[in-house]
Amino acid sequence: MADIESSGGGGKHKGKKKGKKLSTRIDMTPMVDLAFLLVTFFMLATTMAKPSALEVTMPTDEKPKEDITIPESKSMTLILGKDDQIFWYMGMLKKDPDISKTTFGPEKIRKVLKTKQIEVRNIILSKIKSQEIVILIKPMKDSKYRNLVDILDEFEICGIKQFAVVDFQPDDQVNLKKKGFIE
Amino acid sequence: MPKVKIPRKSTFIDMTAMVDMGFLLVTFFMLATKFRPDEPVQVILPSSTLTTPIPDKDLITITVSKDGRIFMGMDNPKHMEDMLDGFIKDFAKDVKLTDEERKKFSLQSTFGVPAKDLADWIKLEPDEMRKNQPGIKWDSIPEKNELFFWMWNARKASPRSQIALKADGETNYPIIKQVIQVLTNKTIQGHRFQMITSQEENRMAGAKAKQK
Repeated sequence: MADIESSGGGGKHKGKKKGKKLSTRIDMTPMVDLAFLLVTFFMLATTMAKPSALEVTMPTDEKPKEDITIPESKSMTLILGKDDQIFWYMGMLKKDPDISKTTFGPEKIRKVLKTKQIEVRNIILSKIKSQEIVILIKPMKDSKYRNLVDILDEFEICGIKQFAVVDFQPDDQVNLKKKGFIE
Repeated sequence: MPKVKIPRKSTFIDMTAMVDMGFLLVTFFMLATKFRPDEPVQVILPSSTLTTPIPDKDLITITVSKDGRIFMGMDNPKHMEDMLDGFIKDFAKDVKLTDEERKKFSLQSTFGVPAKDLADWIKLEPDEMRKNQPGIKWDSIPEKNELFFWMWNARKASPRSQIALKADGETNYPIIKQVIQVLTNKTIQGHRFQMITSQEENRMAGAKAKQK
């Protein structure tokens, strides 16, 4: 099909000028080659999966104008440990908290978060203040960045809006050790 | 002797349709392509169920590799140059760069070199440049913290830019804490930032099932 017809236009007619009939067909092989080369190139160069973003707002290191106190009953502390472990207890840092151990997963930490969220909503402290759970995240030294992202993602799934990432303190270490969760 | 004449069939085929298809695909990929910037390290992002896309312009990207190296980059060459000028003025006065070198720096997608190696690093070949990046220096003393000065000047160069933290999922938390500490510094005001994650399918399904 991509050949040039040579038969046409050969006949001579006397008196009449007739232009040579040229075939309109051209050899498209190189064009196809080029097209597919480009297709291949762009296919390989393309980054298809677009990453998504998790927006977080942290407090600045300025001294807050007034101390914000959160009632013990609506706060919860999560400690992110080694190997995807999570230690949690209700309330903030205190002498002898009732620490439980769990890990990531819909049946594990998400269940805990959901039940606690509902429990806190049901406490009537004052009618004006919001009854949403406030969670403190304390990542330990040997936890990974992935753990932090995962837990923030869990908050997003559960609809927990109030949380803070704070430092893991020596007292937490003592508490965990007492319970035998860490060496 | 009678010869059996085998009819000769043409080997040519009509390629018009194929060409049409080919160029259609070329056009599609050309328009859909966003080139992957040349990165010094491969970062495996942690996954999340979120689908919020990252803004595609005016972005200050902080990349943290698995081994704890910190890199920075801005998508606008003009901002990169302004940031470099500011950094040299504030922190590394003894670094002298020619206009050409500054231009070269501004075209980098990411960089991660300590201030003392900056001048030597810019002189390298592009391939060497990509490899020789030990990471931006972090120090607990604010006056010595290079990451702080880079960030501070990046914010000054483009106050409207958003900050994206692109860290490997396996990075140890203390490194991330160092970065967050710089971001939440009151002079930088970068306490609102985006953590870049990859999308996760199966957990998303899990989340939906849970909501029912």
